[in-house]
This record gives sequence, C-alpha cells and structure tokens, in this order.
Amino acid sequence: MSTTTPTLKILVADRQIVRPGDCLALIEGVFEQKLKHIPEKHIYILGNRVYSDVVGVVSIENNTLSVVPLESTYIPRKDDTVIGVISGVSVSSWSVDIKSPYKAILPASDVIEGFNPAIHNLRNYLDIGDYVLAKVAAFDRLRDPVLTVKGKGLGKIIDGYVVEIKPSKVARVIGKKGSMYNLLTNMTKCELVVGVNGYIWARCPDERVLDVLVKAIRLIETKAHVRGLTEEVRSYLASKLGVQL
Amino acid sequence: MSVQKPVLIREDGRRIDGRRPDEMRPVKIAVGVLKNANGSALVEYGETRVLAAVYGPREALPKYMSMPMRATLRVRYHMAPFSTDERKSPAPTRREIELSKVIREALEAIVFSSLFPRTGIDVFIEVLQADGGTRTAGLTAASIALADAGIPLKDIVIGVAIGKVNGVLVLDINGLEDEYGEADMPVGIAPNLGEIVLFQLNGVLTREEVKVGLDMAFKAAENIYKIAKEALYNKYIKVLEEVKFE
Repeated sequence: MSTTTPTLKILVADRQIVRPGDCLALIEGVFEQKLKHIPEKHIYILGNRVYSDVVGVVSIENNTLSVVPLESTYIPRKDDTVIGVISGVSVSSWSVDIKSPYKAILPASDVIEGFNPAIHNLRNYLDIGDYVLAKVAAFDRLRDPVLTVKGKGLGKIIDGYVVEIKPSKVARVIGKKGSMYNLLTNMTKCELVVGVNGYIWARCPDERVLDVLVKAIRLIETKAHVRGLTEEVRSYLASKLGVQL
Repeated sequence: MSVQKPVLIREDGRRIDGRRPDEMRPVKIAVGVLKNANGSALVEYGETRVLAAVYGPREALPKYMSMPMRATLRVRYHMAPFSTDERKSPAPTRREIELSKVIREALEAIVFSSLFPRTGIDVFIEVLQADGGTRTAGLTAASIALADAGIPLKDIVIGVAIGKVNGVLVLDINGLEDEYGEADMPVGIAPNLGEIVLFQLNGVLTREEVKVGLDMAFKAAENIYKIAKEALYNKYIKVLEEVKFE
C-alpha cells in the first residue's frame, strides 16, 4: 500500500510487542495533517509517524509494517468459514452465535428444500446448542450477518469435537502458508476444520489423540506471540504421540 | 473547640504524607486481573485502588442504545460501599453519574469506535479504596483495560490530578489534601499524542498556576505511562518465562 513508501524508517523489530500509541516508524517526505487510520493493519499515521493502535506483535514483511493484535473480536466478513452455535429458533430462521458482536441469521430456506413454515418445524433440523459449520453469505455494517450452509462440507456438526479458542489466535493455529495446520493434521492424523471466528472442529482417530491435540492447541493459544512455536509444537506432539515424523 | 485542619504543608516544605510537592504516590498497575472480562486492570495510586473491567465490543443492549455508525461506549464509575471510611450507599450518586460521563467522553476521544458500528463497549470502573484521585486512577485503569481487551485505541490515557494546598501547587493530591485543599484539577492526558482528553477544575487557580500545574501533570503522566506500558508488556512476557509445556 502507498502508506508504506520506500522512505519508511522503521523503529521497531519484527515480532516485538507494542502497545497502543507506540511509535513504530517515521515516514520521510509525508506529513499527514489529519489522523489516517488503517484498521486492517492496526496502525495509524499522524504527522510523519506511524503508530500502533493495539497491543500486538509487529510484523514486517517486504518493508510493509503491520501489527497483529494479541486480543481481538471476530468481525464477520463475506465468505468466511465460521462455526456457530444455534442460539435461537424462530418460524423461518435460526439465530446463530458466532462469537461476534453481531448475531448471525441462518434462513430456513437455506437448510430445508422447499421450505414451508406451515409444514416444517425448524427444531427437527437444528436445535438450540447445535454446532453448525457455515459460510458468511452476506454482511455489511447495516445488517446482521446472514449465513449459508450450501457448500461442500457445510452443515450441522454431528461428530467429533469442537475446540474454542480466542479469535485472535486463529491465524497462529493455521500458521504461515498453513504450516501449523499441516503440522497438526499430519502428526495427529486428525481432520481439522478451522472456523475463523475461533472454533476448531476436530475429528480424531481416538480419544487419546484428541486429548493431545487439544493440549497442543492450548499451547499455541497461550504462546501465540512466541518465536519458534511451530518447532515447539512439533516436539510436543512427537513426545506425546511417539515419533510420527 | 472544633476539629482542627491538619497541617498540609510541613515546615520543611514536605506534604502531609512526606512527599515533595511534585512527587507522585507510588503507582502500581496490574493487567488482566479478571478472567471473565475481555480486558481488565487494577491501578493503585498510593492508597487509592481502582479496578476496571471492559466487555465488548458486544451487542448493544437495549437495542435503542446502538448507533449505526459507531460503537456505543458505556462507562460506569462506581464507588464500592466499603471504599470510604463511612459506608457509601451503593446507589449511583450525582457525583458518580457526572464522573461516568466525563470519563466516557475522555475515552471516546481515543477509541476508534467507528470500527464496530451498532455494538456496545462496556467499561466498569469500581473504586475499591478511595484516598483522593479516584477519577484519575479510574481513567488510567479504564484505558489500560480497553487496551487489554484488544480494542483499537489512539493512545493510552493517563489521569493525574493537580491540587493546591496552603497556596502550594501539588501533584496527585490524596484524600486529606482534597478535603482541606483550595483547588483540585484532574487532568486526563494522552501522552503520545500530547493531548488533553479530560480537564476539570474545582476551586480557583490563576492562569499561571494552571500552566505550571499542567507541566507537572504532563511530566507525571509520562512516568505513569511507562509503568502502564510495562504492565501491558508483562502480561505477555510472563508466558515466555513460564515453564515449558510438559
């Protein structure tokens, strides 16, 4: 982006922990009179300085600067794969808790073919407390998110186990180019589906492996900002499962 | 004979608790002290002890409170019944309602609330022990708790009070100085931006005194800010030092 012009003079190190208001860099040749906020990078520019807007970890890639927050709330985006819990049933739709400030809606016509409110009772399909794997079909700032279960693998979750994690740690569970995700699936032989809102659906060969997997995910969650985490998780899994490299 | 006014400034120029006029009480800050809150902080300015908890952004309830373009900030400043030497009725007083309002406005200046339209961010400030400067300690605690909750902020706000006792400008007045002093000027400062987000004055100060007082406040805020940053950092650094997962 144009905000990170080549004349950026970065004052922080990669993976350093910063707080709101910490100065990250100086820009030469640019002077923003008004505060310019870049929400997706968690930085803002004022004057000739770049500041962080959250408590997070600095990420420097190809001379572009961003901050990865250590805590965050899930804000839906179109086409996100999410796992939600049915929290309410009405005549023609379900309301779904997707751990976001906005309550999601799953229309009945999406789940039931030829839906007719006079015939179909929604509770027979999905009841309160059920997990669903869904995609965000539509969301904007004025309306609540609408989910869809049309798509491969989407729908009610009937087997396996759902692990809840902080939404800010999802990126770390997936890792760079899916490295952590691949490590987890290859070593435990579990099938994992990661909902970007902070739920992980795991189907494991047996209980023992599941237990190890959950502990590994907790390890990733508490140490998300630590360097060399992938290696640590690898050795943890190896020691618990016996070497399966 | 009636109750006598205590000696607020001693002959050697020190204050009633032995501090120099421009000296802060010891400041302690702990982050992430509550498990159920999204963010929390415990701030101590000497004997003043304030707990802040932040929830959200979450669904703004009641629904009519939500705003289409930004998050609603709701702040409750409250003094616990046991925070004072005589029991304080837990019902919100005029004073508490006012302070909730001024603290909310101070925080609105630093929160990027337009990122979360139609939601609500709840800030609870609970005074556990009051010994002067509760609103400033509360403001500090609230802004640190907001940062801990991962809510995008421009800066952290540091609250600090300036007072005048026996004609001397003093920093961070305690309960007695507040009671018997001539003026009390709480200030909320965003140290990185160099902005003032809260400014109140009880009593009378001259222009010069306000200027000098603000200088003192900015210097003090810088120091408290360092402690606050350290506290936010420590929450995560602790994990690094923890024993390795067995």
